[in-house]
Amino acid sequence: MDSDTLYFALELIAGSGQTLNVEQRTALQTSLLLLRKDYKFQRVLFWGKVFGLKQDYFITQGRGEDEMEDIKYFYSFNCIDWFLLPTVTDTMVQEVSTAAKGRFMGDPSHVYEHVEAGQDGKEVTKVSEESRLAVAVLQIDEEASVVPRGAFVKNPHGLIQINRSFGGLSYSEASKFDNFLHFSKPKNLKKKSILEMADLNPTIDFLDVLSDDIPNGCWSLQFECASRVCILRSLLWLGLTFYHVPMTPQHGYIYIGHGAKNLDLPFMQ
Amino acid sequence: MEQPDRCQANMDPSVEAACLKSFMMQSSTDSNMNLTDESCSGFTPDPSSTLEVPLYRGDCHIVLLSWEERGLETIRGHERGHTNDKLADAPNASQKAFHTWEENCGPLYDHFTQVLLKVIDERPHNAVDVIEDISRDLKQALSEDQQSTLRDSSQASAVELLAQQHRLLFNRPKEADQEEEEAETAFPNVSEIGFYLEQAGVGLGREEMQRIFLSLKQLVESQSLLRCRLWGKILGTESNYIVAEADHQEGEEEEEEEENAEEEEKEIESPQNDSEVDPLPQSTYKPQPVVPKELKGTGANKYLYYVCKEPGLPWVKLPSVTPTQIAVARQICKFVTGRLDAPVVSFPPFPGNESNYLRAQIARISAGTQVSPRGFFLAGEEESEEEDEAPRDSYEVNPDFEGVPVAEMAESLSTWVHHVQHILPQGRCTWVNMAVKQGENSDEEMEAEEDEEEPDEPEPEIGPPLLTPLSQDQEIFNTPPWSLRMSSNLTGPHAAAVLRSNLWPGAYAYACEKKFENIYIGWGVKYTGGGYSPSVPPLPQNEYPSGPEITEDVDPSPEEEQELKESLEEPHNSQEDADEDEDEDEDEDEDDD
Repeated sequence: MDSDTLYFALELIAGSGQTLNVEQRTALQTSLLLLRKDYKFQRVLFWGKVFGLKQDYFITQGRGEDEMEDIKYFYSFNCIDWFLLPTVTDTMVQEVSTAAKGRFMGDPSHVYEHVEAGQDGKEVTKVSEESRLAVAVLQIDEEASVVPRGAFVKNPHGLIQINRSFGGLSYSEASKFDNFLHFSKPKNLKKKSILEMADLNPTIDFLDVLSDDIPNGCWSLQFECASRVCILRSLLWLGLTFYHVPMTPQHGYIYIGHGAKNLDLPFMQ
Repeated sequence: MEQPDRCQANMDPSVEAACLKSFMMQSSTDSNMNLTDESCSGFTPDPSSTLEVPLYRGDCHIVLLSWEERGLETIRGHERGHTNDKLADAPNASQKAFHTWEENCGPLYDHFTQVLLKVIDERPHNAVDVIEDISRDLKQALSEDQQSTLRDSSQASAVELLAQQHRLLFNRPKEADQEEEEAETAFPNVSEIGFYLEQAGVGLGREEMQRIFLSLKQLVESQSLLRCRLWGKILGTESNYIVAEADHQEGEEEEEEEENAEEEEKEIESPQNDSEVDPLPQSTYKPQPVVPKELKGTGANKYLYYVCKEPGLPWVKLPSVTPTQIAVARQICKFVTGRLDAPVVSFPPFPGNESNYLRAQIARISAGTQVSPRGFFLAGEEESEEEDEAPRDSYEVNPDFEGVPVAEMAESLSTWVHHVQHILPQGRCTWVNMAVKQGENSDEEMEAEEDEEEPDEPEPEIGPPLLTPLSQDQEIFNTPPWSLRMSSNLTGPHAAAVLRSNLWPGAYAYACEKKFENIYIGWGVKYTGGGYSPSVPPLPQNEYPSGPEITEDVDPSPEEEQELKESLEEPHNSQEDADEDEDEDEDEDEDDD
């Protein structure tokens, strides 16, 4: 959610039950501006909040020239002091998936240990909570970030930028999952048949569509705030809320939750 | 001689013919025309062709060159008229056939000439920069404004319908102002709760909260409730529920008694049909006796719950909850869809539809997460003597409560207590001994069996008594059940203490001085600790009692049979020998005779 539109956007996603209090909002206003200046970002987005047992993490995302490539994540406890999250590697993902269980502690230096009796003896995998947080944030962005179709364009150089002439989806378009895309490297795009690709426009359809998500039915689409705002909630990552006001270019998503994937989804549908 | 610029145009054939004729006449009379061969050097007249060579055009002088089939009359012409610098930019004539050119590029030629005329008239400074804009403007001017022929759609969209519903929320009742004072005691201060919840980081947004409270006011007035409270919001996959908690009213118990009477009558009718047919083997399966549900106003059914989908839409009352429903709800994990009559498909099968499931979840969440500062409520004084036998189930507001300082509340869990009764594993708040058979007919038969069952009598289930502090809550899945913090670190004594449940994500409570409130906004799902596995189906039952007459035996092997035969034959052989001797004797006797 763009820091410039944070004021009213928080009201729109408040239907999920979580919001930020006034003190946090004012702190974000100043600190995000300073962050943008220091790191020379084009835009700074407030990504969301991950609950921990002792303390909560506030996460922001800074974007550079290319909206998808130049991304950095920061975390903070008081919305004033921001610390850079480490970049995620494949080995880090492996370690986190074996070692880290349960809820986030709220202490970034907490170390999760996992002892496995291997052939050579005990193998101990240790992961710090900071890495676990970085991996969780990245996974959520890859699997559950949402943008409306047409909001971003790919220019001829391959850079992904905001489409300044995006007027918003209409009410009927906003009620279909085909018009919402994941904002991450596409995985399903190449598997489409040529017949399907013929209908797509390569400048705006370069991302995965929400309707291709597995498992089926992992998104809940509703119109809230007196049916004026289209709200998409992820059932796989409980706490991710996407909002879009039809016929306006306002859209954004935020994650406020425990940072854990809902693996019980097939039982719950 | 200036080089003629060759432009091309298409004209009406009649006009062409007129021009041709006039020019022919002109050229024949005017011999002073300077016709050079140079101007026509590009032409190679082809007598066999019927082509007409391209047309010259410049500044309103039309020169037509055409070949006629009949002869070799060649009419040469040249462009008369001053050339213009701008016309030097005009496209050169192509050598293609006039007809096909006319079809393909005729309109293009028209458009270009229009553009050039405009350029000549207006004479802009940077013509090459604005040439595309001029072209676009000309094209737009050609297309006429078409008035939209669509009529107004008479159907109001869903948004507008909802807005009409919301409009009703703002209607003030026309009755006297005195009634407002009474109504205010039914539900608490609206904006204050919203403010504190926002401080805690929980809430539904200011406008939505306002709408919800206005619709709560409508509910109180329509149902004339004594007390009402916003319980929270349960999110669903298709739509959400807003839940309100209210006190029971008298006069509703009669409806339930009627329902029970109807069920009993149905049961009596069914055994009469069986006596006419040959009796089929009766199954020996006896279903477990159903735990009776609690009375209204007690235990899990202490309060009444109303739900609605959107503030402004009518409220629906949820049915009372039965212990079996709570017991099954504990074993399953489901999202609510948003439709109250939706079936709940699960294993073990849930007895009821979504409204029952919703009510069971509400009961579980209330029992697990409704808390208050210690001392706010005091145990009811009437039952103080009977504490050993029956758990306390009533409490009263403590008039002498002086708020606990916020810093203390935010640090230790012992300053918070549960004020809703814990639900026992049986599904009720007060335990019922199911071993005692109820019913007059079976008393005599079961007396003998009761003597046997006494040593096996189940022990009464005891839960933690009411008003136990939160510090005694158990840890489940290695996570503490509650997280406490201050709503802000900077505003000191004006902040509120916020309690968040880790077992039921979405349950919050805040306390500030003397005020506190609980709310639940979430999916209605308990934390399963990273993996929910449904219960295993029970083993299949025995179809028939097994006895020796139907159990299979292994057939004896031939050696065994031989042994048996030998062992049986020995005494038999000795007897047979004796018989044979007798027979032989008889035969001999007979033969002798």
